[in-house]
Amino acid sequence: MDFLGILSQTASWILRPETIAYALATMGLAVHFGYGGLLNFGQAGFMLIGGYGYAISILSLGWPWWAGILVGIGASIIFAFILGLPTLRLRADYLAIATIALAEALRLIVQSTMLDDVTNSADGLGGYHEGFRSANPFPPGTYGFGPWTYNEAELWIRVFGLILLGLAIWGVWALMRSPWGRVLRGIREDEDAVRALGKNVFAYKMQSLIIGGILGTLGGVVLVLPSAVVPQVYLPSLTFFLWTILLLGGAATIWGPVLGTVIFWIVYSFLGLFLPEMVNAGWIPGVTPSQMGVVRFILVGVALMLIVIFRPQGILGDKRELSFNARK
Amino acid sequence: MPASSNETKSKIATGPNAPGVPKTDPIIIADNVTRHFGGLMAVDVEHLEIQRGIITALIGPNGAGKTTLFNLLSGFDSPNSGKWSFDGTALAGIPSFKVSQMGQVRTFQLTKALSMLSVLENMKLGAKGQSGERLWSSILPWTWRKQDDEIEAKAMDLLARFKLDTKADDFAASLSGGQRKLLEMARALMSDPSLIMLDEPMAGVNPALTESLLEHIVDLKKHGMSVLFVEHDMQMVSHIADWVVVMAEGKVVAEGPPSAVMKDPAVIDAYLGSHQGTDLGVVTGRIDLPDLSKSKGSK
Repeated sequence: MDFLGILSQTASWILRPETIAYALATMGLAVHFGYGGLLNFGQAGFMLIGGYGYAISILSLGWPWWAGILVGIGASIIFAFILGLPTLRLRADYLAIATIALAEALRLIVQSTMLDDVTNSADGLGGYHEGFRSANPFPPGTYGFGPWTYNEAELWIRVFGLILLGLAIWGVWALMRSPWGRVLRGIREDEDAVRALGKNVFAYKMQSLIIGGILGTLGGVVLVLPSAVVPQVYLPSLTFFLWTILLLGGAATIWGPVLGTVIFWIVYSFLGLFLPEMVNAGWIPGVTPSQMGVVRFILVGVALMLIVIFRPQGILGDKRELSFNARK
Repeated sequence: MPASSNETKSKIATGPNAPGVPKTDPIIIADNVTRHFGGLMAVDVEHLEIQRGIITALIGPNGAGKTTLFNLLSGFDSPNSGKWSFDGTALAGIPSFKVSQMGQVRTFQLTKALSMLSVLENMKLGAKGQSGERLWSSILPWTWRKQDDEIEAKAMDLLARFKLDTKADDFAASLSGGQRKLLEMARALMSDPSLIMLDEPMAGVNPALTESLLEHIVDLKKHGMSVLFVEHDMQMVSHIADWVVVMAEGKVVAEGPPSAVMKDPAVIDAYLGSHQGTDLGVVTGRIDLPDLSKSKGSK
């Protein structure tokens, strides 16, 4: 077994576009759930809008790459309104149902042959990289060391992603320490109480849904920057990975989503490499390597359960929260 | 502090003590307000005026529609018919948060402390017109920092008044039930309301704290606020209320100064029953008290 190779590959996941994308999208979930108490089970839908908005603007409309990002943001704001207007006045559960349903509907629409000439149905989209790559400020060459060795294009994607992530972290931090964030956290605890204090609860929830959605969209953009838009990526399981990350890191924390993403990808990629290798090395008889590869999904599920039971506030969450048994 | 009933009576009502009697300076006027849930008529108030600047108690048996009326007046529920106004502004169709911004702030029967916020944050949330609560200015701290400091100073003053200042940095979840009641009342005061509506402020509060709660309520009047509160305990009501409104089966059945209302046969029938002033042990037959008439007389 090539253990060093596994470790090296695992280490590379600390800084991959996928890692940055998941961190961004999970920051969005933190704005929704961690601070606002909104149950969004459709973050994959916002990521899909980011990916497709970016690619379609470039491929079908011929717009520059940065305009593609803006299109994605605009579309996600519209999507947030479609989700929020009917459900945010109702109990929290209705938003959860609407988000998971609409996110799946979006995925099925882009996969259908109806829009084949725009979305290329199940094959997804590719070949939209020229604009972004020509904006690369780094000269050709090899950068970094060890598992983190990149060519100029790979470096540019990572730097760009990190800039977005840095802005997101600053933005969420600035919002949540402000009186606006105080109102939002109050709504998480009890929206009637906040309403009785004269705050327009619906408007705050809508703003939270939009901001978290935009972060999901930016994550979706970063996710498609390296290679292609693949519709099968945006399954509900993507959303549930983000939820695992959020609860792992700490739902109502600034750095929780980042830390959670890094841990998630390290464990997830390590298991993905290590489990099949265990079969190949003959340690586990009676299963094929690909069957063993599926076990990591089971382990992620078990991990999620353990987190919720034993550390519901997450790694970075306030310890005091635990003593009051979280909310309700 | 029992108000001298003769004096206040002449100031409050413009007619005899009957349901719906007009007041000299009403802050709330309700007309033909009805609310039914299915076949049940929860509230059916023909006319009700709440006087400004005094403490009004709303009493009645369980299911009389007191809390429903509260919800209607504060915009948390909308009536099936009728109109009602606060401070001269008609409230039909106005959402609860706007009612609150107008200066009518309420508390809840089941206390709604925001558990995972600190006591101080709870308080600061109560202040009105914060520029930092707008999305765009929230990320520019220099636009709201000064106002936030002022709000914090005010919050600490109020917390000191309610003897919660040592708890300022604790999660509200760590407070006892009675302290949460105090916090909710203090939080409502952050907005300088003109009318504060307290839904059973004394429920679940131990006797020692009840006394200080009563003092706080009387204090509110001294600070120029009007108070409307729901309560079950007639003793408490008679101690602090200037005016009592009695509801039964959704209707206002009597109103007047506490001393007069408690003698009203309609009230005794509808609410207090024939066992008024009797020890509960006697009523249920668990305690045998031979001289029942004596104990009745002493009350």
